[in-house]
Amino acid sequence: MSFDNLDTLYRQVIMDHYKNPRNRGTLADDAMTIDMNNPTCGDRIQIHLQVDDGIVEDAKFEGEGCSISLSSASMMTQAIKGKKVDDALKMSKIFSDMMLGKEVEEDDIDLGDIEALQGVSKFPARIKCATLAWKAMEKGVGEEQ
Amino acid sequence: MDVKAIREQFPILNQEINGHPLVYLDSSATSQKPVSVIKAVEDYYKQDNSNVHRGVHTLGTRATDKYEGAREKVKKFINASSTKEVIFTRGTTTSINTVAYSYARANLKEGDEIVVTPMEHHSNIIPWQQAAKATGATLKYLPLRPDGTIEMEDVKDTITDRTKVVAVMHVSNVLGTINPIKEITAVAHQHGAVMMVDGAQSVPHMQVDVQDLDCDFYAFSGHKMCGPTGIGVLYGKRELLENMEPVEFGGEMIDFVNLYDSTWKELPWKFEGGTPIIAGAIGLGAAIDFLTDIGMENIHEHEDQLIAYAMDRMKALDELEIYGPEQRAALITFNLTDVHPHDTATVLDAEGIAVRAGHHCAQPLMKWLEVTATARASFYLYNTPEDVDRLVEGLNKTKEYFGDVF
Repeated sequence: MSFDNLDTLYRQVIMDHYKNPRNRGTLADDAMTIDMNNPTCGDRIQIHLQVDDGIVEDAKFEGEGCSISLSSASMMTQAIKGKKVDDALKMSKIFSDMMLGKEVEEDDIDLGDIEALQGVSKFPARIKCATLAWKAMEKGVGEEQ
Repeated sequence: MDVKAIREQFPILNQEINGHPLVYLDSSATSQKPVSVIKAVEDYYKQDNSNVHRGVHTLGTRATDKYEGAREKVKKFINASSTKEVIFTRGTTTSINTVAYSYARANLKEGDEIVVTPMEHHSNIIPWQQAAKATGATLKYLPLRPDGTIEMEDVKDTITDRTKVVAVMHVSNVLGTINPIKEITAVAHQHGAVMMVDGAQSVPHMQVDVQDLDCDFYAFSGHKMCGPTGIGVLYGKRELLENMEPVEFGGEMIDFVNLYDSTWKELPWKFEGGTPIIAGAIGLGAAIDFLTDIGMENIHEHEDQLIAYAMDRMKALDELEIYGPEQRAALITFNLTDVHPHDTATVLDAEGIAVRAGHHCAQPLMKWLEVTATARASFYLYNTPEDVDRLVEGLNKTKEYFGDVF
């Protein structure tokens, strides 16, 4: 079986996040909730954010979707938790550059597991799946600011 | 039917995708085009291109003859009683919207009902939602049976004297259900309602006779029947069309234009505002010639055999759910257990197999099926049993690939 090409998309760490999602669930009522749809496939994702004094204190997600959209949501919540809102937005920008296949400069930000999603850029039809959770987060903190 | 010879007419099929020969199983979304259609469009642009119905010059006459010749072909193909009943549109969606705007808004009022089904494509739901909002009419749904079919008993219970429009698809793009259009039309007519049929998935695959069905409006698209994109048809009974106002004003559809008032051309041109889709109509005409030469009966029979084989092979797979009834058109909508259809489609694509994944423009039906998305393999005249084998092989690999993960 020649699934080498597929393996660049479905990296092990992605499948781990898909199988064992981090931060799945809801937050207290006073947290903000952002709904985001992927209209091409009907996938829905809900991001819950607790932002205090410019810091993302907590982040969770719910929803239905494919391995790429759910693992991306899992990684996103993990990555931004405890970060400054500005840094979360900076990561989002780096992520979207990564999806466009651009060289990303990591500087002082540790991308951690997120780097595993780099392969998605080679599957144009799946980029929207990967960016869904990040777009929801951007929308949420954008409203906050 | 010589499928090998037919396949040779479709150059696009002869290519490798991700290192594998292409298996195209997405014809319900759009069909591929034979060389004769591509050539007809090319010839028109190379030799006859001109605007229709107004040029005195020779090219104008040639373009007009070809454009109106295509209308004649459509008329024969669906057995309309006159070319006045054949309106060229941009596609099925535009055709249905034309009726929802022109007919429904003029004829519906508060207390009236529009009856649709939960299996409809968005294009046969939203125009009616909007018409209901604009007129105060109520949108009512025919119930579906658990296997995704419509029972005449339910039709008789749902359609009442308050019903003014019944809008139903002939063949479901998700379930493959073939709806009893003739029978539903009869019930609609008993109550004085008009019958609108979405024929996007039927006209490409079976012989459709609008006079026999007795429906009032019938819509379909060229691109799903080997024709170009951007061309479709609205068939309507002449008497109804005569009494309807155009939706688009200007260009081709005018008769006399005064400063404060204007009159329209006669049918069918009064509904064809702007410069018409000339090349598209000519391409559709060529597609009808192509399909007619092969024979719609032969195409239907080929697809029947293919879907029977595909159902047998797919049903034998573990951890695969198939949606829709046993008796069906040539498509299978399915899900692999614990694999999102997007992921299924990506793995199949890596094997050179093109299937669709998503909600198939039928979100209310997805809700009814209690899924967010599904995968769909749809077949056409150029597909073979080997394509089915490749699909099954691909699905086994998908299971294997994702099985390793869990």
